Amino acid sequence: MTDILRVADLVAGYGQVTVLQGIHFRVAHGEVVVILGANGAGKTTTLRAVSGMLAAKGTVDFDGASILGKRPDQLVGMGIAHVPQGRGTITELTVDENLRLGAYTRGDGEIDADIARWYEVFPRLGERHAQAAGSMSGGEQQMLAIARALMARPRLLLLDEPSLGLAPLVTRELFERLGRINRETGTAMLIVEQNANLALQIAARGYVLEAGVLVAEGTSAELSTDESVRRAYLGY
Amino acid sequence: MSATTENSGDPIADLLPTFAMPLTPRWNVFGRSVSPVPLKAGITFLLIVAALQIPQQLGKSDVNLFSEVLCLAIAAMGVNLLTGFNGQISVGHGAFYGIGAYTSFLLVADHEWSFPMAALAAAVVSFVVGLLVGLPALRIKGLYLAIVTLALAALFPQIVIRFADVTGGTSGMQITKQETPTVYDFNRPPSDSGLQPDQWRFYVIFVVAMVCLLLVRNLVRSRVGRALVATRDNETAAEVVGVALARYKVLTFGISAMLAGIGGAMQVFLNGSVNPSQFGIDLSITILVAVVVGGAATIVGPLVGAFFIEMLPTWLPTDTPQASPVLFGLSLVLLMRVAPGGVVGLARRTWSRLSPKINGPRPGGAPPPMPDDAVTA
Amino acid sequence: MSEFLQFVFLGLGKGAVYASLALALVIVFRTTGVVNFAQGQMALFSTYLTWTLWDNGLPVVLALVISMVISFVGGAAIERFFVRPVGGAHDNPLAVVIVTIGLYLTFGALALWLWGTNAKTFEPLFGTGAVKIVGASIDYQTIGSLVVLAVEVVLLWLLLQRTKIGLGMRAVASNTEAAALVGVPVGRMLMIGWGLAAAIGAVAGTLAIDTALSGELMLVPLIYAFAAATLGGFDSPLGAVVGGLIVGLTAELSAAYIDAIGQDLRMLPAFVLIIAVLLIRPQGLFGRTTVSRV
Repeated sequence: MTDILRVADLVAGYGQVTVLQGIHFRVAHGEVVVILGANGAGKTTTLRAVSGMLAAKGTVDFDGASILGKRPDQLVGMGIAHVPQGRGTITELTVDENLRLGAYTRGDGEIDADIARWYEVFPRLGERHAQAAGSMSGGEQQMLAIARALMARPRLLLLDEPSLGLAPLVTRELFERLGRINRETGTAMLIVEQNANLALQIAARGYVLEAGVLVAEGTSAELSTDESVRRAYLGY
Repeated sequence: MSATTENSGDPIADLLPTFAMPLTPRWNVFGRSVSPVPLKAGITFLLIVAALQIPQQLGKSDVNLFSEVLCLAIAAMGVNLLTGFNGQISVGHGAFYGIGAYTSFLLVADHEWSFPMAALAAAVVSFVVGLLVGLPALRIKGLYLAIVTLALAALFPQIVIRFADVTGGTSGMQITKQETPTVYDFNRPPSDSGLQPDQWRFYVIFVVAMVCLLLVRNLVRSRVGRALVATRDNETAAEVVGVALARYKVLTFGISAMLAGIGGAMQVFLNGSVNPSQFGIDLSITILVAVVVGGAATIVGPLVGAFFIEMLPTWLPTDTPQASPVLFGLSLVLLMRVAPGGVVGLARRTWSRLSPKINGPRPGGAPPPMPDDAVTA
Repeated sequence: MSEFLQFVFLGLGKGAVYASLALALVIVFRTTGVVNFAQGQMALFSTYLTWTLWDNGLPVVLALVISMVISFVGGAAIERFFVRPVGGAHDNPLAVVIVTIGLYLTFGALALWLWGTNAKTFEPLFGTGAVKIVGASIDYQTIGSLVVLAVEVVLLWLLLQRTKIGLGMRAVASNTEAAALVGVPVGRMLMIGWGLAAAIGAVAGTLAIDTALSGELMLVPLIYAFAAATLGGFDSPLGAVVGGLIVGLTAELSAAYIDAIGQDLRMLPAFVLIIAVLLIRPQGLFGRTTVSRV
């Protein structure tokens, strides 16, 4: 069976600055894969390149078909949802509206049912369903962003540093939920993270990015004890 | 040539003209490092000589047209300083132009001042009004400032009409032999000069325009100039670095208004008349358009832009005269896509493709390249 | 009392015109962040279209509807081909101002070219009749304009708050990148915004007709519309309408009762309003404060 995402020789950057020097990775159907790296390693750039937010060169295949050059809003219809860094909740819209927005590309009649289901998974969202998204805490907004992305019923979820700005307890809860969602729905996930520990607990495999180059890859067990992971963060 | 270092710490002192030239990056011509300064000086000299020939070679109406170009150019220098270099968008400098025009006119016609004094007074009045407008403008950003200045431009002719007993109202005023015999010759050449009126007016306005150009050039290249540009590009960063934001922004408004006022005074010198319909929204738009067409945030842009704006109607075919403003409007719309740096920007782009030059440091603080030249990293 | 009421009705009538143009301005700003200096001249052009259709035999309402459709398409095309390529209003405000000024000049000159300088006779949309209330007469046109305004606001509200497209438009206006990531076709939303504004502008222009149609129709209303949008809040349709009516009333009443202003300095109250709002409460009466990111 083909991978749901296969990336090879990916080169991307901003204007004249090349950030990614040609990296490769893959995500199998239903798998959780993490990309680890310190600040500035190019993690966010990677997701943006896959998502079509940046111009990129190389190979980016989604379920066997190339998606290089496609616009972000086109990819949603194809089955990829991207939760950007900083969550990207639309602060002026209510929680309800944000979730409904997540289903923008869907035309079926189960949208309301899905919204109700996500309120069960994230009860705090249900409590605040008519509130403006911007009035919620960081953790709640992160859950909203994830639920919203999942409203599109994607086959692949891209998450950019979901732990950023969140308290440890909240982050732990978040990753537990993510793990549960992956097990229950079979949605593949590509998570880009600085918080190696929690991310590796729910991931099957991972990669380590350092200054735009992949320096390590392996199963999450292997990476938990890998030298390069430690070096990428601590510098020695 | 030594670089001047303006370290007096006093922004007012920095405003005084510095006539030493800052370091200009050297050019790479066929592998040899050459200073472009003599070439640029030479070209400037030739252009000035050519300009001075205009009244000798061309007929009266052409000479007057060029004089109008210069008046517009002076005002455009002001808007260029404010909008191009300092990022404060103004669609209302026609009002300051009008203030300069009416001030100088009234002082000459009603109070028999000599024109130089009247022009000076016009400059001062415009400057002060500019400061007054610049103060509230501190709190109004970007597009909102454009709206406010547009409203100002619409308001000015109404103010003129409202005080018709002083300003002559909708019919305007004129200095003629019959009505104001004592000052009638305020803009006539001295009898021993041997010049025709149109020639004399051109030379006077030309000199004033060159002085203004020099002033703006020195201002832009000084420490103050760099502060202005820094403010335009990232206000918060500029403030953090120590730029006295409020002071500079208000001052820039004042100076830009002063330049527009001088332009207006020069127009009075040229035409000897004022009429409120000349100083409305259309004029304000024309000045801004001249800045952008010439090349915002460049030194010679205003001159080039004013030239194009005034000359364009004469170049277009006259069989369908109504088509030309349509074409003009369309070109403006497309200009931002095709040549956002204006004519000067286009020339620079062409030049930098034709001859590579060594990009050394720019200690003199020459204005940064326009967006289409700049590296977007 | 009846004299005062007369001026009030007059102010409401003109205010309705300013309000409808302000509505168009607000829609463009809300969806694309652009202040469209050409909104008035675009409305003028649409009104000439309406007149041409009517002059050729169509009933005026049908002419207006057709003109609205054409304006919608035109507005969308302008956004797509002329405005969007120049970049966002945040990155390069001067470029956007120049483009809209260029459109302002183009549409004005185009109208002049196609229809000449002679004023065209054109009846107000709601006829020339009037009704007397408490000794003052209020035109059918004024009443009709206010009704049209109310309908526009309600329809707009329904669109924005109750439809999927409206949700998409609001998302794009709030956070374009996030909206794209959720699958909203951003470009299409921008085009719809401009198209909608152009269609509303067509209505505004037709409402502005008093006795005749000529090139200066929307020049003064544009400034007042800016005042209205500023007062109401540039991102609030309701604000545009309330602002427009307040501006109309203020202009009319101050012209009538403040001698210093008289008939000549009509622009002054609008100007003062703009400055006052921007200095005291920049987001306007109904707008939202936004924190600017550094």
